[in-house]
Amino acid sequence: DSEMLGRAASRIAASQHRAQIITQLRQLNLQEYQSKGILDKNGCSVQKFVTATSLQEAEEKLKDFNVYEYVVKAQILAGGRGKGRFIGGRKDLGGVHISYKPEEALSATKEMIGRRLVTKQTPKEGVLVEKVMIAEGVTIKRETYLAVLMCRETNGPVVVASPAGGVDIEHTAEVSPELIFKEPINIREGMTDKQARRIARNLQFKGDLEEKAAVEIRRLYELFLKVDATQVEINPFVETDDGRVFCVDAKMNFDDNAAFRQREIFEMEDTSDKDPREVAANKLNLNYIGMDGNIACMVNGAGLAMATMDAIKLNGGEPANFLDVGGSVSDEQIMKAFEIITQDANVKCVLVNVFCGILNCATFARGAIAAFKNATIPVVVRLEGTNVDEGRRLLRESGLSVITADGLDDAAAKAVAAAAK
Amino acid sequence: DVSRSASSLYDQTRSNMKVNKKTRVLIQGITGKQGTFHGKQMLDYGTTVVGGVSPGKAGSTHLGVPVFRDVKEARRETGADASVIYVPAPFAAAAIHEAIDAELPLVVCITEGVPQLDMVRVKARLLEQNKTRLVGPNCPGLIRPEECKMGITPGHIHKKGSIGIVSRSGTLTYEATLCVGIGGDPFNGTDFVDCLTVFLNDPETKGIILIGEIGGSAEEEAAAFLRDHNKGASAKPVVSFIAGLTAPPGRRMGHAGAIISGGKGGAEGKIQALKDAGVVVTTSPAHLGATIFEAVKNK
Repeated sequence: DSEMLGRAASRIAASQHRAQIITQLRQLNLQEYQSKGILDKNGCSVQKFVTATSLQEAEEKLKDFNVYEYVVKAQILAGGRGKGRFIGGRKDLGGVHISYKPEEALSATKEMIGRRLVTKQTPKEGVLVEKVMIAEGVTIKRETYLAVLMCRETNGPVVVASPAGGVDIEHTAEVSPELIFKEPINIREGMTDKQARRIARNLQFKGDLEEKAAVEIRRLYELFLKVDATQVEINPFVETDDGRVFCVDAKMNFDDNAAFRQREIFEMEDTSDKDPREVAANKLNLNYIGMDGNIACMVNGAGLAMATMDAIKLNGGEPANFLDVGGSVSDEQIMKAFEIITQDANVKCVLVNVFCGILNCATFARGAIAAFKNATIPVVVRLEGTNVDEGRRLLRESGLSVITADGLDDAAAKAVAAAAK
Repeated sequence: DVSRSASSLYDQTRSNMKVNKKTRVLIQGITGKQGTFHGKQMLDYGTTVVGGVSPGKAGSTHLGVPVFRDVKEARRETGADASVIYVPAPFAAAAIHEAIDAELPLVVCITEGVPQLDMVRVKARLLEQNKTRLVGPNCPGLIRPEECKMGITPGHIHKKGSIGIVSRSGTLTYEATLCVGIGGDPFNGTDFVDCLTVFLNDPETKGIILIGEIGGSAEEEAAAFLRDHNKGASAKPVVSFIAGLTAPPGRRMGHAGAIISGGKGGAEGKIQALKDAGVVVTTSPAHLGATIFEAVKNK
């Protein structure tokens, strides 16, 4: 049971660690102001806030925004903003600034916008800050942790809660697993009142606060379903000195498969932090992830694509990318895919591994011939499956100098050899 | 409690996967592009296709078979006992629900991109009944060589034999050469343990190939199952390949279900768990055929 908790907690923790990984996630990532906007729209309690992309805009908006405490937060996808520092900025200013006077909030805004913020979770060159959020500060009495996610083990949503909030949940899972509470929800019944209150009590909300927290928890669950989220993480989920409950930070992940019915959310996506190759590939409905090696891959089928990368490594090479062109790739996609994967100056060789099922080898060969016409680096092609003889014949007679391979291992070995030359 | 391990009702439908020449198959979405193309392939292969479902075209004929309004009607009129779904993602879950309503013994859903929430609801229903078995979604389907093809696997690469193959990846399955593609989604109708149960109990199956990948714990569950149920003199050789040893953490590699997060779900753990269960794990899918052949020969 604690193993299951650990897994759930770990998966949650992954969302906090995600920015640590240099290559960006393909999943939709929203900025804090966007996530909070969604929460607010759906009746969840977030601190009042405004956003600004310039000092003037901030000045304008603060005229009607009078609060006791101003919290200015740089809007970047990576975490660790508070301890981060701006390139060319004041040594004492991080990505989160708290003050009690609007002038100071504006001064911090001026320092942040247009500068690059470097944190533990950004690449060395930091991330450009184009927008800040100015939020109403609240006096935090207690920080807890609350998340809703889809769980394979229980075949449905599970609420993970811990009174130990504001810290890395993975750490809590390691040192105090007894502080992590898991509540699986029956998808057909939804969250019951009893469950909502139990979660609130597990989070140590007492007296009036138990009901307030329970309401919030139920709303988060409804939101989770409504937006096709795979994960909604509130850390910290806060109790204030004046008896209120707030979602002070929110991270949300969404099911890509639901994009067709969540257009509003998917259109919010900010791709400026992402690898431009991935953005270009996504536009073409290609599954691409950039990596560090020098052998570019084009494969049909995610499993085969992973196995191709594995085979390259086994043969002593390094893959430059993962690319699954899927089962019904068009000529245009093949052309564009080839362009994308060879854009990288590091790439010394291209390995095409296509096992046609839905796809037809002859169709693929025609598209490939057009795409590789102007290749300046060696291309290894391994073609197999539906209509393979015709496909191979087309390649042979095309006059293109592609290196043909028989089988996955042969293809990988040839690609590694070609890249080494 | 609707957890997978608690459902012995749904487990009763595992044997519905054993299709053969006599299986009467419906095609849901038959008049669409995929339905038409693959329906024809299935017919050419020799699968006994008895009808199709396409609400707008009920009463017509397509690919030489009658088209019906819904699965209930189709089943009633044709005696069908299985169906393959080639319906686009926004409507695929509804198509599965329709098949469950009709108590169809076997449903194979090829569609990729079905929202997870939709599948969570489908699965909740599946686990509470014992009439319908779902394979997929996001899978190439299953094939009993030379008898029945329910899906999109290139038929000519499979020959009738004695090896049961179960895989999360479609194209990797082709590499290996009853073959069941269970698909890459995190919430699906059939997992490794379901297929292993069928293979272990099938006298015609002499060896098993299991193809897995990073993400989730299906392979670990399979290993635990094999440790408990595939031992002694009657143990059948199992050979496996796990894709994604070189996948970077935190990324979702194509399949909705293939993600390593927080150190769990990685290939190394799966490979070790399988080895500990007596499974031979190869470094390449291309070696699976030769390895299982040797293992079965030496039994």
